[in-house]
Amino acid sequence: MTINQSGWRPTAPASGAAAAPTFTGNKALMLEEPLIFEIGDAHTTGVDFAEGDVAGSRLGDLTRKTPIGLPGLSEPETVRHYTRLSRQNYAIDLGLFPLGSCTMKHNPRLNEKMARLPGFADVHPLQPTDTVQGALEVIHQLAHWLVTLTGMASVAMSPKAGAHGELCGILAIKAALAKRGDTDRKVILVPESAHGTNPATAAFAGFSVEDIPATAEGRVDTAALTARLGPDVAGVMITNPNTCGLFERDLKAISDAVHAAGGYVYCDGANFNAIVGRVRPGDLGIDAMHINLHKTFSTPHGGGGPGSGPVVFSDALTPFAPLPFVEKQGDHFALVEEETAGDHHASSFGRMVAFHGQMGMFTRALTYMLSHGADGLRQVAEDAVLNANYILRSLNDTLDAPFGGSGPCMHEALFSDDGLADGFSTIDIAKGLIDEGYHPMTMYFPLVVHGAMLVEPTETESKAALDQFIGALRSVAERAKAGDASLKTAPHFAPRSRLDETLAARKPVLVWKEPGLAVT
Amino acid sequence: MRYLPLTGHDRVDMLAVIGASSIDDLFVDVPDVARLDGPIHDLPMHASEMAVERHMSALARKNLTAGDAPFFLGCGAYKHHVPASVDHLIQRGEFLTAYTPYQPEIAQGTLQMLFEFQTQVARLLGTDVANASMYDGSTACWEAIGMARRITRRGKAILSAGLHPHYVSVARTMAKYTGDVLDTAAPRLTADTDFEERLIAKIDDDTSCVVVQYPDILGRIADLKPLADACHAKKALLIAVVTEPVALGAITSPGEMDADIVVGEGQSIGVGLQFGGPYVGLFGCKEKYVRQMPGRLCGETVDADGRRGFVLTLSTREQHIRREKATSNICTNSGLCALAFSVHMTLLGEAGLRRLAAINHAGACRAADRLATIPGVRLVNDSFFNEFTLDLGQEARPIVRTLADRGILAGVSLGRLYPSEGALANGLVVAVTETTSEADVETLAVALEEALA
Amino acid sequence: MSRYFTEDHEWVDVDGEIGTVGISDYAQGQLGDIVFVDVPEEGKSLTKGDEAAVVESVKAASDVYSPVSGTVIEGNPALADEPALVNSDAEGDGWFFKIGISDASELDELMDEGAYEAFVAKL
Repeated sequence: MTINQSGWRPTAPASGAAAAPTFTGNKALMLEEPLIFEIGDAHTTGVDFAEGDVAGSRLGDLTRKTPIGLPGLSEPETVRHYTRLSRQNYAIDLGLFPLGSCTMKHNPRLNEKMARLPGFADVHPLQPTDTVQGALEVIHQLAHWLVTLTGMASVAMSPKAGAHGELCGILAIKAALAKRGDTDRKVILVPESAHGTNPATAAFAGFSVEDIPATAEGRVDTAALTARLGPDVAGVMITNPNTCGLFERDLKAISDAVHAAGGYVYCDGANFNAIVGRVRPGDLGIDAMHINLHKTFSTPHGGGGPGSGPVVFSDALTPFAPLPFVEKQGDHFALVEEETAGDHHASSFGRMVAFHGQMGMFTRALTYMLSHGADGLRQVAEDAVLNANYILRSLNDTLDAPFGGSGPCMHEALFSDDGLADGFSTIDIAKGLIDEGYHPMTMYFPLVVHGAMLVEPTETESKAALDQFIGALRSVAERAKAGDASLKTAPHFAPRSRLDETLAARKPVLVWKEPGLAVT
Repeated sequence: MRYLPLTGHDRVDMLAVIGASSIDDLFVDVPDVARLDGPIHDLPMHASEMAVERHMSALARKNLTAGDAPFFLGCGAYKHHVPASVDHLIQRGEFLTAYTPYQPEIAQGTLQMLFEFQTQVARLLGTDVANASMYDGSTACWEAIGMARRITRRGKAILSAGLHPHYVSVARTMAKYTGDVLDTAAPRLTADTDFEERLIAKIDDDTSCVVVQYPDILGRIADLKPLADACHAKKALLIAVVTEPVALGAITSPGEMDADIVVGEGQSIGVGLQFGGPYVGLFGCKEKYVRQMPGRLCGETVDADGRRGFVLTLSTREQHIRREKATSNICTNSGLCALAFSVHMTLLGEAGLRRLAAINHAGACRAADRLATIPGVRLVNDSFFNEFTLDLGQEARPIVRTLADRGILAGVSLGRLYPSEGALANGLVVAVTETTSEADVETLAVALEEALA
Repeated sequence: MSRYFTEDHEWVDVDGEIGTVGISDYAQGQLGDIVFVDVPEEGKSLTKGDEAAVVESVKAASDVYSPVSGTVIEGNPALADEPALVNSDAEGDGWFFKIGISDASELDELMDEGAYEAFVAKL
């Protein structure tokens, strides 16, 4: 024989000692990355510009004399820096993201492609309207979808996010009350399970906020609410489906009662995904509702925005909607701004943003709606609700479901920390889930449930993905019930272990300083 | 449907686990009056990717894009070249499809990026600290006015005539509800700002803040230091608004001139025009005011093993904790646009930003000189960065429309921005950036001369 | 010198006409790590029950109410740099503010140490 050793190398793993620390601090694909201020410098740039002298100084004696302190990196270094950072993030693209109330569904890439068409991405907001008819038509078409899906009279497109939309709705209510001289209505009623933005928004508009209790089954206490109505109540802010994941089955009756008492109904539409295509909120008698395009209509969350929060209005509030808006006049799409509003829209409460809203989100949302169609959107709601109920019923033998007896949930399943071992709480389950490869559910919200865990799977998860998640949550919950101490120090396998938020808040370090200058 | 993984079999099996006989059982709490028995009418049914793309592309083609025309619009949104790697990086799924970093152990990518962004913004604006971004420049401006009210406990804000009229409009809308009194004025077609004669003269013991834009809506640049001193003498704050951050590569930052709060529109760096949004609001201030700041803040800390890490911090200012006592009802920032800004700024670096600014300014100087040679046209500005105002001697708005018909996007007419101010009707604001060629300027000059004749 | 407590967990030490106000040790334990305290300015006039100060932990901000009416003499300057004093010595160095008491009869409505201990025991 010939013994050919040219291909020799060890090909079967040996067992043996544990790993030694690495020189770099990296762990194979888990790569540590310094700050740009530690690796870049003021002379490096990743952008090439034309060479040569540039003339001209009409800077009014304010020519910059001091360095700014901005580090630069070459393009390959830049791509590597941000790619490495990206790998320390969890994301929908990596797995199920059950963050209740946030509707972390798949973000279709066709949306991204359409938003980047130069005809949408490379258009200036102040171009003559004749040159942007297609952009205005997108806004008009999306507006048609939104008012049709909600059964409402009109929609204001400019609010930049959900909270901004809430503000839009409340300002319209305020304007409507002012118009009829009804300025003694100073109170907004808010269920105690509401999103924190609701009271913050109402307070901004000068209303005082009164909490309305929830019933034992997790819904608004209709009797308490209607009893509180009167000449000092401007309206109510209700989330439907509510933050306990339940449909407010009395909402129509509540709306009628509020209207009879002279108030308005604001509906927080954060949870619209549960009912889109199956229920039109307009049929429940509401006056205003914001729609988070970044939730129900799949525009990306982007690590915390940008969002988009159009607000649909009833006939009663339509005259007070903010400027600007798009109107079809014959074959032409007109942009109604301050100058053209005039008598036509004299009661508008004004402008909320420069320009016309989140166009980049509009193109994505319209793309998504066209893809699903009326039939697909209905299926979205059904699958979102089916998935949530599947999780609720698969786990309520292990975790306490405080409203499990209140009928089916909508798009999210709510559990409490009741039954965990002493000293164990929701956060331990959350951090344990991180080690299992999941982003945790929403924790400690809504406030009406002790140690709340709000699980929203969305409709874009397969049954296999749900089953694996259910298995993981069950396993972690059982460890928490058994008092497994290793959960208290989880996560163990994430890029960082638990971070010291007390230190961060006591001695805030919000910008990087050269080590020599840093305050210790 | 391509975005829905459940199969018919799955749905049947899952209903069985739940103990429901049909999907309708899960919607049992919906009252009859609101129950729909099928897809909503008047809307199309689902469509293939190809069909949707065709529909959207047809709409996109109806617009005249900035890249297809000699282009001179600014006034709060600027056309700059954005390197290809910026858009690639923001489309990394781990950035694009992540949520707000509420679980810091698995969000260090977003958090470190925000910490870097905050530092870049603070240095650019010349402030001690900056937040993790706001919706846009106009909402950041209003939030700054509200912050000044909280700090000074006074309710009168004096807005410069050179502040973007949309920003004024937003502030006016909001002030109706907070009770702030706004002192406003329209600009005049002169080389001088209203700092001396109007703003400084008006500051009194009730003044919470003075708000100025730098460079202003007509492109003018003026020293903020005397104004800052005048504000501070009366214990009022100076708020500076920057709508073109590239300018700060060439001129002294507002923070260096002692502005207390500096806000801005970051769209110029990395974000693109996008017909007005989404953009990214910049917000910086002096360190002593940090607890009155709106918006999210990222801070440095350590993990349980002593390793450096980052978290959202000082969140007790925010709505989900303070509820009706929050500094603002905002709960979103503009994270992905902040990322685009930060990536582009990292690519530029100090050297690149300063070169970019110099090229912008030089091009604007050349264009201003050329356009001022047109008979009947007067250059209003003595000072400017990359944007200046022309007095056309006749109404600018129809001229802009005429030139648009010829495929030239000539600038922003002041008639569009100030429809009720007849004295401004002849004004045309022209922006010139690194994307503007000398040929573009010549095309505009020739066409403008013909249109005015 | 005598010490009084409120049902909202403030304490006030009375020395002549001057009261020193803070939050109870029980309260600091419930709040967890204190990261920031906003104390009232000198000269601020307070009515009993007014929001006088804010105490913040990482995830919560709580209002502190004035147990008596009067005019603020000074806020505790040490808390700006060392909010943790509230955790380590809530009923001593972690005091919030001193107030010139305008109506000593209001003290009659407050609890003494024993009554407060009994009150807390029932919570």
